[in-house]
Amino acid sequence: METRKIEIPVIAELFARGEKPEYLFWVGCAGAYDDRYKKVARAFTKILVHLNVSFAVLGKEETCTGDPARRAGNEMLFQMQALQNIEKFKAYEIKKVITICPHCYNTFKNEYPDLGADFEVISYIDIINRYIDEGKLKVDTQKFAKTLITYHDPCYLGRANGIYEEPRAILKKLGGNFVEMERNRSFALCCGAGGAQMFKEAEKGNKEVFLERMEDVMQVNPDIIATACPFCMTMMTDGIKYKNQEGKMQNLDIAELIAESLNL
Amino acid sequence: MTKQIVFAITLLITLGVFAYTISRIIRFFALTRKGFKVNRLGKRLMVTLKVAFGQTKIFRRPAIGFFHALVFWGFCVILFGSIEMVIDGLFGLERSLSFLGGVYDFIIASGDIFALLVAVSIIIFLIRRIFLHIKRFEGIEMKKISHIDANVALSIILLLMFSLLGMNAAYLKWTELAGQQVHGVYPVSQHITGLFTGLSVGTVFTHYQVYWWTHILLIFLFANLLPYSKHFHVFMSVPNVFLSRLEPLGKLPNMENVTREVKLMMDPNAAFAAPATDVPIERFGVKDAEDVVWKSYFDALSCTECGRCTSVCPANITGKKLSPRKVMMDLRARMKEKGPLMLKNGRDFTDGKSLIRHYISEEELWACTTCNACAQECPINIDHPKLIVDMRRYLVMEEGSAPGELKAMFNNIENNGAPWQYSPEDRLVWAKDL
Repeated sequence: METRKIEIPVIAELFARGEKPEYLFWVGCAGAYDDRYKKVARAFTKILVHLNVSFAVLGKEETCTGDPARRAGNEMLFQMQALQNIEKFKAYEIKKVITICPHCYNTFKNEYPDLGADFEVISYIDIINRYIDEGKLKVDTQKFAKTLITYHDPCYLGRANGIYEEPRAILKKLGGNFVEMERNRSFALCCGAGGAQMFKEAEKGNKEVFLERMEDVMQVNPDIIATACPFCMTMMTDGIKYKNQEGKMQNLDIAELIAESLNL
Repeated sequence: MTKQIVFAITLLITLGVFAYTISRIIRFFALTRKGFKVNRLGKRLMVTLKVAFGQTKIFRRPAIGFFHALVFWGFCVILFGSIEMVIDGLFGLERSLSFLGGVYDFIIASGDIFALLVAVSIIIFLIRRIFLHIKRFEGIEMKKISHIDANVALSIILLLMFSLLGMNAAYLKWTELAGQQVHGVYPVSQHITGLFTGLSVGTVFTHYQVYWWTHILLIFLFANLLPYSKHFHVFMSVPNVFLSRLEPLGKLPNMENVTREVKLMMDPNAAFAAPATDVPIERFGVKDAEDVVWKSYFDALSCTECGRCTSVCPANITGKKLSPRKVMMDLRARMKEKGPLMLKNGRDFTDGKSLIRHYISEEELWACTTCNACAQECPINIDHPKLIVDMRRYLVMEEGSAPGELKAMFNNIENNGAPWQYSPEDRLVWAKDL
């Protein structure tokens, strides 16, 4: 078990010393501020260090991508955020960015280029999957051997960007049993938090979206709901509480599952 | 000769009325805004082959999708025969394309088989619509007229198929009685020539002509009814697929006019460098029908109200007011209402109403999670979320109207660079003692 203390490299400090990391690890607002999702940021950092990936974070210089503003109609605010970020990336000569949040991923990858961005965007799912394929990341298949895992597709990896198989490939490598919900891949039901819904109460209806999704989960009754998005995590974790499933199942991010199987 | 003249006049009237309808629709399009450029034609062709001709998205619901695919493929094959009928009618010929030999036999035989398959599919559709309670055919936007519209179109298609089979059978019987050579192969209608047993050559020929005219006149009628019906889909869906946005579903189009303003804000010197006189002042986002990009209007005209979008919408499933199908139907209805008035009185004309509020409420717009399930599900690649976000853009940037919590979120991003109220100083707290 690795116990060495990790000092997170901050890009401004590296830059001052004339060093350039290969990747910028974009933590995202949820990774920085959401108590539950901070653990995912920590888990993924441990994986990066374990794999000896050359990376750094922006730290206090990081700011919102503007995604929730854009989806809520505030194009002005989105573009101000985007243009600032693009300038910052240019100043630090950042060429490759790793994201853990699919909303950040989508905006960077698909929308920033319209505003002059020129950097490669990589989802943490891609990094993990690549290192597993290359044989550099070896998971302990005993850890989850007796665990039933299902995967809730985040809209912004799945339908938005067609990333369906990579997360499944990773989960199936864990050595446990993998089960699909009835609505999966492009048919998957949203958790209810996208499109800036995360930041507001839902409109009047007869049910919360995350409870509708939670019922899909309960049909397959897994031990673990694997997610890959901070908003999905909030919703599914809430779903577990609302449906009184706390003793029976837990919601973990793919990065957490990998970190755990590596004993990090 | 009389037949030729009558046919030519009928065809001319048909084409005339159709041209008038289409020219009006084109003028409505001229009221809408520029959107993305239609490029990458090779890729577009591939998408069209896959999604339109391969019917790949309709097969997301395999059982009923299969019957729709039969109808679509049937139409494609039967179209060949319809073109031949027009040539025959105009030039007084009989089975004019039969010189194609084996190819002709194959296409005509396929058409004959498909006529039956389409008829069976249409009967299934009618039974579903009339007798079974299918949830996705209901909803606040589905008025009585929507159901009548659907059933009328289906009934016309059924009559088209019956008249085609009748025509083929009468043709076969007539050739037999008159000792004429048979052109084409008729695997289905050869079994129903018994309908004409005991009739004289002349009577059978009359039957043949009556079926011929019924079939072609129904086609002409159908073609001119379609643009006023949800079944305009028959013409619009293949082009709509061809004109799909090719980018990932997650991408929202950039607003160039906002980019100009933001760049001016960030670099005041640019204000002097780039005079903005050549740029017309344009409303931010979509308030009314004329504010949409042309593709959204194309989407609205192509929609056949199948409701697959609404049936997978997380907001709609959980009882919220939003229905993606309604958004498309509302845009179409609003253009139908305001378009003619704008053509008469100019694009600036206002009737005191707008697409937002009089048709689509703010409550509907704010319920969208932009999950793209609707766009993913649409068999003809209609893009509902783009239009919904365009309307949010109007609400936020022109009216400053948004739910209070979203305004707070905007403030947080502006003031501390995160949607929540945390200090940027705390951005690295998560990494302590790692």
